[in-house]
Amino acid sequence: MRRSISFMLNGKPVQLTVDDDRMLLWVLRYDLGLTGTKFGCGAALCGSCTVIVNDEAVRSCITPVKEIAGKRVLTIEGLSTNGHLHPIQEAFLNHHAFQCGYCTPGMIVNAYALLLKKAHPTREEIIRHMDDNLCRCGSHTRIVDAILEAAGSTKGGA
Amino acid sequence: MHRDERNEVVEIAADMATGVSRREFFQLAGTGLFIFFATDPMAAFQEPSRLPGRPSYPTDFNAYLRIGGDSRVTCFVGKVELGQGSKTALAQLVADELDVSLDSVDMVMGDTDLCPWDMGTFGSLTIRQFGPVLRGAAAEARAVLLQMSADYLHLPSVEQLRVKDGVVTCAQDEHKTVSYAKLVEGKRIERHLDKVPVKAVSAFTVIGKAPRRKDALEKVTGRARYAGDMTPPGTLHARILRPPAHGATVKEFDTAVAEKIPGVRVIRDGEMIAVLHEQPDIADRALGLIRARFEPPQPSEDDRTIFDHLLKAAPPLQMVDEKGSLAEGEKLATRVVEETYLNSYVAHAAMETHSAVAAIEGGKLTVWASTQTPFPVRQQLAQAVGFTPENVRVITPYVGGGFGGKSASRQAVEAARLAKITGKPVQVVWDRAEEFFYDTFRPAAVVKIRSGQNDAGKLLLWDYRVYCAGEREARQFYDIPHQRTQSAGGWGGGNPPGLHPFAVGPWRAPSVNTNTFARESHIDILASKLGRDPLEFRLAHLSHPRMRRVLLAATNQFGWKPAPGPSGRGVGLACATDVGTYVATVAEVAVNKSTGNVEVKRVVCAQDQGVTVNPDGSRQQMEGSMTMGMGYALAEEVHFKDGAVLDRNFDTYQIPRFSWLPRIETILIENPETPASGCGEPPITTMGAVVANAIFDATGARLRQLPMTPARLKAALRQG
Ligand code: FES
Ligand code: FES
Repeated sequence: MRRSISFMLNGKPVQLTVDDDRMLLWVLRYDLGLTGTKFGCGAALCGSCTVIVNDEAVRSCITPVKEIAGKRVLTIEGLSTNGHLHPIQEAFLNHHAFQCGYCTPGMIVNAYALLLKKAHPTREEIIRHMDDNLCRCGSHTRIVDAILEAAGSTKGGA
Repeated sequence: MHRDERNEVVEIAADMATGVSRREFFQLAGTGLFIFFATDPMAAFQEPSRLPGRPSYPTDFNAYLRIGGDSRVTCFVGKVELGQGSKTALAQLVADELDVSLDSVDMVMGDTDLCPWDMGTFGSLTIRQFGPVLRGAAAEARAVLLQMSADYLHLPSVEQLRVKDGVVTCAQDEHKTVSYAKLVEGKRIERHLDKVPVKAVSAFTVIGKAPRRKDALEKVTGRARYAGDMTPPGTLHARILRPPAHGATVKEFDTAVAEKIPGVRVIRDGEMIAVLHEQPDIADRALGLIRARFEPPQPSEDDRTIFDHLLKAAPPLQMVDEKGSLAEGEKLATRVVEETYLNSYVAHAAMETHSAVAAIEGGKLTVWASTQTPFPVRQQLAQAVGFTPENVRVITPYVGGGFGGKSASRQAVEAARLAKITGKPVQVVWDRAEEFFYDTFRPAAVVKIRSGQNDAGKLLLWDYRVYCAGEREARQFYDIPHQRTQSAGGWGGGNPPGLHPFAVGPWRAPSVNTNTFARESHIDILASKLGRDPLEFRLAHLSHPRMRRVLLAATNQFGWKPAPGPSGRGVGLACATDVGTYVATVAEVAVNKSTGNVEVKRVVCAQDQGVTVNPDGSRQQMEGSMTMGMGYALAEEVHFKDGAVLDRNFDTYQIPRFSWLPRIETILIENPETPASGCGEPPITTMGAVVANAIFDATGARLRQLPMTPARLKAALRQG
């Protein structure tokens, strides 16, 4: 159904008139021009499209916009504030925790969701939380190290 | 500061008219010092000049450097950044030879209007082939600039001049100083690279260091743009009706319901039926409403019957290498072991699917494409839309992984055809099912080995036949007096029609994964049959110092304790050569015998790649290689039947994930005397064999077919 939907996007109010069955991924990328959130599978199998809705990581490729009405949405574009990278972004940068970079926004955003819930996760908790985010380049080992660093957890976890 | 290179590209592009001749090009490229060079002796001749339309660039160089009056050094190359870090590594080479800061070097890559012709980015070629010439070009530039400085500063020679960060200073009089930028300001100087000595390895200051990657900031902020992120105003998104199987043809279709959606346009062009809309998801919805009936293709092979078919249908064997005499070897051998090794089709499965945006303006077609081969794609596009190549520009933004799979770029042609018909920019982004359907898989392959030893266990005979994988690194590197290596068919062109039920192509280290799996499994089998330690047995047949060195480095770090397999510990090793690089890997696995699950616990890999340009980049590539390689070792296999690709997404086609992650250790052997060879592929080639050998060591079960799925492992355990 086409209707007006309002939500908070990266801290700013947004109002859109859209078919409310459409998936958030496409609305973000093409209606709102936020292309940092990526398409990888369209079926909640890869995590490239991960965004935060009210502090929870969701797969925007299977999230209809009607479900986010009145909620807070955070995407990779909203992570750095006033030109300052978020500590998770800093850590990804320092560890070079990416190669092609295509999975990276989804990885960073999903890691952000983890740290919201658990400030100092162990290596095992990180692996469990990140397991449904796929990376074909094989950056996994650096991604885990980057998240550990961002969380200030001791290297190697508990 | 990080400079927005895209803006710069656009600015330069605005200067450049369509279809430039050599003279025009030299005028248009602006002022500064230009060094033109060819990246390898053959490069200049690889431009397919017989194709319609004259190439828009001179053909005696295929890369160039510009040192501008703005203190920027720009390197224009047709290579692309796929994630392998070449944007950074190539800039390091330039910075070091020129004595400028890395930050002042911009790379303009994979843009067919701005960069000279290049055949494509694959096979770990970038640094290996390109490195030496790029360094030569930068060294030439420095020599020219030093001479200009001497003239400018009224010095008799360049002897006394020192350079730091692009500023030339007289060592005896530091007031005598001038910057590169000042020297070239408003001038136009052209040089073609002749032979210029490059710096000695000991003088490197940037090469061999691990600076921040040039793409880092964009990639962690979501600002890095890929082809699917480009949407010129008015872009329509296209979804295309696909057959259910290769060889199926559409008999009837009805688009009436789809066309009822406001804003939907249906286009039929030859065999292509496309649905377009301003929003990709609505185009997709409309596609789902098309009713179509396809005539199925003739029944053909499936993933079980394929191996017999390949052996029957493969082209004749070709000789790759021969030493001694097989007949003599047969005479001397008292123990003969024959084995057959199989591997399945494997998908590239980059996280970014094939994407392209095509726009036509003023008779010129511009296509942003996720491709490893922008220049060949330009030719394809020119033919498809009937433009001259000068009127086609391919721009390659960041590519979200290639691994060989983005050498083919059908999606770019689809976008261009639709843009021509609609008169609007058209974006084509494949969904995951299309990505699997049109992938150019790593070919399924069969390797047959017959080996012979004497009573003392010395290898005397090696008869090696590889079918359908290709000959790269099929050649034996162990010392065996009587040997023959033959190969039939491969991943490239030239296969008989119908050999494979779909397209095959290069896949990270093409051929080498198959050949290394077979060779290194076989060597392990021989060692265990003799009750010998696999390391000791290998060393007894290896005289090559670089191979011995990597084997010893990896096993030392691992803490290898000699024992014949199966020892029950679950440790294995494998070594390989890959286009000049030597690599050895040791792995430890844990096998759950009741589920057939294999957990890789630790992998140690030592690599000798000659000079290391960027150690951190090399390690990244090695880690990525090992991680990715666990996929084809343990799980990745394309399922298919009668031309239909049954894998459509990551639910059935499993790729390595965080929970598979072993402890990974990388060792870079210092070898500054040897020119840099590829580092992006070698470790992946060892992963099939090293895991197979470790599984054998854990359980006594020998797997001769990849991937080593739980079902195959359980079957092998039952056989004992
Ligand atoms: S695109 Fe949403 S999970 Fe893959
Ligand atoms: S960095 Fe390429 S997919 Fe993760």
